[in-house]
Amino acid sequence: MAQLNVDLVAADRKIWSGEAKSVSAPAADGEIGILADHSPLLSVLRPGTVRIKGSSGGPFEVEVTGGFLSVDANLVTIVADSATVVAGSESV
Amino acid sequence: MAGSQRVYKQRIKSTQSLKKMFRAQELIAASRIGKARARTTAATPYARAITRAVSAVATHSLTNHPLTSERTDTNRVAVLVVASDRGMAGAYSASILRETERLVDRLTGEGKEVALYASGRRAISYYSFRGRELAGTWSYGSDAPTSEVATEIADTLLEAFLAPADEGGVSELHIVYTQFVNMVTQRPRVVRMLPLEVVEGVEPAGKHDVLPLYEFEPSPEAVLDALLPRYVRSRIFSCLLQAGASELAARQRAMHTATDNAEDLIRMYTRLANQARQADITQEISEIVSGADALASA
Repeated sequence: MAQLNVDLVAADRKIWSGEAKSVSAPAADGEIGILADHSPLLSVLRPGTVRIKGSSGGPFEVEVTGGFLSVDANLVTIVADSATVVAGSESV
Repeated sequence: MAGSQRVYKQRIKSTQSLKKMFRAQELIAASRIGKARARTTAATPYARAITRAVSAVATHSLTNHPLTSERTDTNRVAVLVVASDRGMAGAYSASILRETERLVDRLTGEGKEVALYASGRRAISYYSFRGRELAGTWSYGSDAPTSEVATEIADTLLEAFLAPADEGGVSELHIVYTQFVNMVTQRPRVVRMLPLEVVEGVEPAGKHDVLPLYEFEPSPEAVLDALLPRYVRSRIFSCLLQAGASELAARQRAMHTATDNAEDLIRMYTRLANQARQADITQEISEIVSGADALASA
């Protein structure tokens, strides 16, 4: 199965980057889950928790205050205004 | 003659202590500049992500957004000066202020009314000393700006841009900052930030790239509404970061020159002091000899 390439960036640094099985994020119209081969999407994020299930290592959870999310050909970019890591460790 | 010897010794001493200060400033700047450049690099992924997203929205829906459209209802324009908090950076502050004055003159010549926003204590004191009114001031650690400061500045300016004409709204926003080219070259630059023009750095789609058809949540307009202010914030943040790195590079260079000058002065004063000492000795000897001669002939 195809993998997602995820980049999670905050204003002043890159927080997480790597391959993942799934991503879930608080989109404008409700919690959204993204698996591989998701259709292209650009969404505003509400404050909430972004969860990334990496293909290696444990899950990564981060609290964001807002931002947006773009999905494009298995490339997921999450842009957070400010982010606090809840679980897992940062990996760039 | 013993007097002049003492004066030279004092000058050497004070120049030596100045030299120590210059050297310390140079080393501090040199150690911070690496960090400043790392910060600039760290902010790049965010800026790139935003730029990509903005260009994605812009190619899909050419919605007319207030931030991209020209305003004609007011002739007030905003100018943001990004200067430093401290001096000891050679011509850094002077050249940025000169560039600002030139821009203000040009805008005034075009019949526009300029509202100045200053960041950095050097700019603030320059304008308040001349009794010029400032619409907004910020002083933060100018060599290490944070994204919070950038957000604060951007939000104030965006608010001014979106405000109605009779409440101090502005029709344009110009930023004067110093572009960090490399360690030896930093250039004062003027950019027109608002209204937003073409998105800079849009990657041209390659032959085989098919632009994806995005789904927008909740709607293209809402996404653009959320994106554009962030885009402006990230641009302003990058201006602040570049100005910070430039300030440190300018300071390092200025302090290096100052140290060299201090060394030259010390060398010169040492020569003069030696000369004075020699003259003293010569005089003393001739006094003794002539005294002995006088005694012998008496």
